[in-house]
Amino acid sequence: MLSSTAKNLYWMGRYLQRAKTTARLIEATQRMALQSRGKEAEAVVAIFGMEDEFRHSLVQNQNHSQRQNGSGKKQLSDLVDFLAFDENNPSSIVSSIGSARRNAREERNNITVDVWESLNGLWLELSAKLRGDRAGLDRGALIESVKKQAVMIFGAAQVTLLRDEAYNFFQLGAFLERGDNTARILDVKYHRLMPDGSPHAENLDYFAWSEVLACIGAVRTYRRIFRSSLDPMKIAELMMLRRDVPRSVHHCLWMVDLSMRELADIYGTHGEADRLAGELHARLRYARIDKVFQMGLHAFLGGVRDDIATLSDEIGRQFLLD
Amino acid sequence: MAVKTFDEMRSGAEGAVRPPYEGVARWLEATSAERLAATRAEVDLFYRRHGITFGAYGAVDGAETTIPFDIIPRVIAWDEWQYLHKGLVQRVRALNAFLADAYNEREICRAGVIPEAQILMNAEFVSMAQGLKLPGGVHAHIAGIDLVRVGEKDFYVLEDNVRTPSGVSYVLENREVMMRLAPELFSAMRVLPVADYTEELLSTLRSVSFSDDAEPNVVLLTPGHYNSAYFEHAFLADEMGIELAKGSDLFVDEGRVYMRTPRGPQRVDVIYRRVDDAFLDPLAMRPDSYLGVAGLLGALRAGRVNIVNALGNGVADDKSTYTYVPEMVRFYLGEEPILQNVPTYRGDRADDLKYILEHMPELVVKEVHGSGGKGMLVGPTSSRKEIEDFAQLVKARPDNYIAQPTLALSTCPTFVAQGVAPRHVDLRPFVLSGRKITIVPGGLTRVALKEGSLVVNSSQGGGTKDTWVLSPEAATAD
Repeated sequence: MLSSTAKNLYWMGRYLQRAKTTARLIEATQRMALQSRGKEAEAVVAIFGMEDEFRHSLVQNQNHSQRQNGSGKKQLSDLVDFLAFDENNPSSIVSSIGSARRNAREERNNITVDVWESLNGLWLELSAKLRGDRAGLDRGALIESVKKQAVMIFGAAQVTLLRDEAYNFFQLGAFLERGDNTARILDVKYHRLMPDGSPHAENLDYFAWSEVLACIGAVRTYRRIFRSSLDPMKIAELMMLRRDVPRSVHHCLWMVDLSMRELADIYGTHGEADRLAGELHARLRYARIDKVFQMGLHAFLGGVRDDIATLSDEIGRQFLLD
Repeated sequence: MAVKTFDEMRSGAEGAVRPPYEGVARWLEATSAERLAATRAEVDLFYRRHGITFGAYGAVDGAETTIPFDIIPRVIAWDEWQYLHKGLVQRVRALNAFLADAYNEREICRAGVIPEAQILMNAEFVSMAQGLKLPGGVHAHIAGIDLVRVGEKDFYVLEDNVRTPSGVSYVLENREVMMRLAPELFSAMRVLPVADYTEELLSTLRSVSFSDDAEPNVVLLTPGHYNSAYFEHAFLADEMGIELAKGSDLFVDEGRVYMRTPRGPQRVDVIYRRVDDAFLDPLAMRPDSYLGVAGLLGALRAGRVNIVNALGNGVADDKSTYTYVPEMVRFYLGEEPILQNVPTYRGDRADDLKYILEHMPELVVKEVHGSGGKGMLVGPTSSRKEIEDFAQLVKARPDNYIAQPTLALSTCPTFVAQGVAPRHVDLRPFVLSGRKITIVPGGLTRVALKEGSLVVNSSQGGGTKDTWVLSPEAATAD
């Protein structure tokens, strides 16, 4: 397998996952905005560290329409357009799907027809709906469709891809992105709801906290696991440390470590990326939630996020020959 | 040329349906127009979802278009195919002998059959290839020979393509689609399969490695996903299970070619390249090429890697060398050519030029190095003004043009907006030459979808059809 193939599959996994996270995040944010006051838009762009880009896009659009500043509704629909359908935003859903499709197209011969067709189908639907006048666009339905089809693409990958090197690079990309996304969501949302970082709330904003869980689709999962009312510390535990929750940081880094070991078996080599993947996995696996809060949730998550970024660089250095 | 057009279905004795088409005729009668239209819509969706697309050079993502596929198959009887098969093998053997000769001793020039200038002054001549001794003496490993039919027994070779002929992926995909869409028709007729093409291609490629490894490493070199034939490159690499490499995936070290992999460099023995000569090696050819591999030609000359098709094949397939192919058959094989050339007038011969200029309204005039249906004039369908303008071009550079009588290409029933109507077709069989020569039955049938049009190129509104060669039992069945 060519290094460029490894690279394309890695990024295809990352972009697909990013599109999926973003779709889910937008839905959770919209629901939250309907139930509480507050400027949710800002919190969401903060998750992706795109406050400046978002403000810039608002200024750009100002010229085309007269809008009242500070109108919460207006800002929310701007946010949806920015995060989902703005081709100038490289992290938007439409840009991510476009990038994933470009990676896939270059590797048509290394992925199955099922994976290619499901991804190409989603891209065709998005480009058809976004072409021309967007006034009558049913944004909610389109985001819902992205979410559903992304699940189908990942499903096609699970069911049909040969378990070879290429598959492991796809897995690496998808799970690194997913772990990073969950860490970001928890970090930013927790800080907004609990600026002092304390593990327990006096007057819990029930809706706000259930929407944090909804960002990773884990509201019912929480009930199944804890059988208790919402508690910020337990929410943090679920999103970070539970190995059985498929979007938890721990689960994702476990999967990353597994794929790294597979690759080490295939190639018979070890490097800094293998060490770091093992260390990150172990850190999440053996962490205790009370100790995490003692050291500070923000500091802990910050360390994890930094190391995920370093791991991505090391993978590039070790295998993909950038 | 008021010759009656030969229709492959209807031109039987006394206007009857010709025997090979009986199954198709019955199917067309039994299938309603609505059903055909519905099937047609299904096809378009299938091709788009599959991403079987054709994008013009420089097209951005999203500007990919599909080549229209016509759902009525083109049928060739077994005995017709036997005749074509023999003729194609003969012609490609002669072309390969010529290419090996052209880059070595040029015996054919010593013998006075072809002027040496025809080779050495040819714009496609690659001096870097002089003196190359290639495995098996093969230069044109994959040849696409364009044939046209004008009567029951009359086939002509319109053009030889021995550089990087494309279109074979459509042969394979069209068959897949056809089996899915019209299984009833398919099972009623006995059609020879084509699916083994990629298997044959891979063994052809492996058979021409310089190394004697049992499983030489073969890669397909593509210019990348902006190339109009990128789908075909990916398709063929996938079907053969070989790497699809861009220039940046390969490098040359100590005279050997390697590909970059996560496991480290891996040696490459044969490169099936779909990159043009000029872009193959920035050190030897165009220095501004990003598509090639620096040092590649050095590795070729050292006998460390074989490049398929060989370098400099353009000297054998331009429209002026074409006129010599029957002579090549006689010279190298000592045989009479089975397949005929279309009579061709050469602008670089004074008598011919005079004839061309006097008869332009009835001729097809083409650039010697033109392709894709561009740079040509179809006299009978052109205006007086167009003809006069083109005559100026020819007068300015006579050696750059050839002309042929306008052939009444055969027609096949085709599904168009008004229903089923005859449209002109040609045929491109793909001939594989390695240690042996193989041809999968049939080839790519291209169809001019515009009424009366003789230009079948996909860039000029042409479509494709599935091509069915009937098995020998089919003639006695029913």
